[in-house]
Amino acid sequence: MRSDLEFIASLVHAKSRVLDLGCGDGALLSYLAREKSVTGYGVDDDSSAIATCLAKGVNVIEHDLNEGLSRFPDDSFDMVLMTETLQATLEPHKLVRELLRIGQECIVTFPNFAHWSCRIHMLSRGTMPVSTHLPHQWYNTPNIHLCTVKDFDELCASLDLRVIDRFVVDNDYQSGRICTWWPNLFGATAFYRLGRQ
Amino acid sequence: MATPKTPDEHSVGYVEPKSVRFDHKLELARAETSLPHYELVYETYGTLNEQRNNAILICHALSGDHHAAGIHRDTGTVGWWDNCIGPGKPIDTDRFYVLSLNNLGGCSGSTGPTSINPDTNQPYGGDFPTVTVPDWVNTQKELADHLGIERFAAVVGGSLGGMQAMQWAIDYPERVANALLIASAPKLSAQNIGFNEIARSAIERDPDFIAGETPKTGLALARMIGHVTYLSEVGMAGKFGRKFQENQAQSTKEPMFAVQSYLRYQGNKFVDRFDPHTYILMTKSLDYFDPAEAYGGDLVETFRRATARFLVVSFTSDWRFSPQRSAEIVDALISAGCSVSSAVVESADGHDSFLLDSPRYFEILRNYLTNVADNL
Repeated sequence: MRSDLEFIASLVHAKSRVLDLGCGDGALLSYLAREKSVTGYGVDDDSSAIATCLAKGVNVIEHDLNEGLSRFPDDSFDMVLMTETLQATLEPHKLVRELLRIGQECIVTFPNFAHWSCRIHMLSRGTMPVSTHLPHQWYNTPNIHLCTVKDFDELCASLDLRVIDRFVVDNDYQSGRICTWWPNLFGATAFYRLGRQ
Repeated sequence: MATPKTPDEHSVGYVEPKSVRFDHKLELARAETSLPHYELVYETYGTLNEQRNNAILICHALSGDHHAAGIHRDTGTVGWWDNCIGPGKPIDTDRFYVLSLNNLGGCSGSTGPTSINPDTNQPYGGDFPTVTVPDWVNTQKELADHLGIERFAAVVGGSLGGMQAMQWAIDYPERVANALLIASAPKLSAQNIGFNEIARSAIERDPDFIAGETPKTGLALARMIGHVTYLSEVGMAGKFGRKFQENQAQSTKEPMFAVQSYLRYQGNKFVDRFDPHTYILMTKSLDYFDPAEAYGGDLVETFRRATARFLVVSFTSDWRFSPQRSAEIVDALISAGCSVSSAVVESADGHDSFLLDSPRYFEILRNYLTNVADNL
């Protein structure tokens, strides 16, 4: 179990009905089903992700998030999850609003592009940051809409979304004092639990 | 002469059809008349386990029959879904007991238009009562009872077969653990019914049919119309393009393009093995299919009865049963709170894709069913 998924699981209400957008291999959903009696569906458009989910018995719907989410009715889920996927979508601002149309609450996680290691990389090398967490080159990265914690806070404010919880963790998924003190500099990954106003 | 087919290690081997006669009256959902008794022809592959919980029912589509896998020793005929059913194949007969039957109204041995009507001592022909998908499910349930199958591990079908799998999950939720709906639809569109109507007209307007003879021309034409709609534009472009016939046409009556002679061949081949009344019956059954009708037209409400897990597969180039139609099924299942997975497989082979071996399609079936087998 990846520690980021464990972290997300701690934010999900037991027995809730969830939609996991960009579910990948279904690890989170099978963990949630086992540990928190959560039911729901994963959504992905990657064929190997779908094959893996099917082999595990995880419900998965083949769907491209960039086609929008109109097929999912209003209030059809308790929670909508989107882990490390928002930055790879065409219109993140529209998608976030959609998440809260479909679900009462949503959990969004993304890599913080203002992490000190990214800043140093830019400052010292003058090239787009490449790390183990963000391994792609600028020209082939699926992460076309990277943002920072500060950017996302501003987006939530402008869309009038309620930030119920915000955790920012370091590369070891620890939410230490230093991350809390200056999240936009020391946080590697951000976890947001959002609701409607 | 072609070499006779012999079974390889992934074949279920030589198979023989069995048949069972049910000696009770059968009421039919949309027919005024009932059948006094009926017979079903079926084949089985693999072994029913001690718990009797590893059975898979295969539901055939418009022109299918009971011979889904293996080889008939006398004719050398290979089953219509032999690429998918067998030891180590996606529907793995080492793990599952697979049952396939010829549906009521068919023309491959089960009671149908070619059977003798006890009232007249003549073949039923056009007098055979209208049979619909719920009737097939009821008769399939009788067959399951006869074989001691309380609950199917999975009911699987493509196209019209997928409709039967759907109906099973709605009508007998306690008897279906998984329903695999491939290249199917929750009901036909007007366009789709239109294509069926053209095919039926081709048969019904054939002077031979009107005279009570075999409408060879009409049935072949019906098949040609159907066949074109089961392929895709891009698939046909790849297969035939504008290629000319190898032996150039000598007169304007001879086919000039390769696609022409292909369709003529397919049409004529079909006449030898299929009954025109069964073709009409099967297409009407497709047209009538609308499980939500009994629930106020609300598909979500309809699926609330179902307890099976669903797998819905569609193919990108299938325009007769498009991915959009499968998405309607998926969305209704999600809204009904049913367990469902779906995949849209890239393919150039149109509706026919569901019968063909393609790596991703078979991986999807294999992975899903392996998980089913592991959790029996």
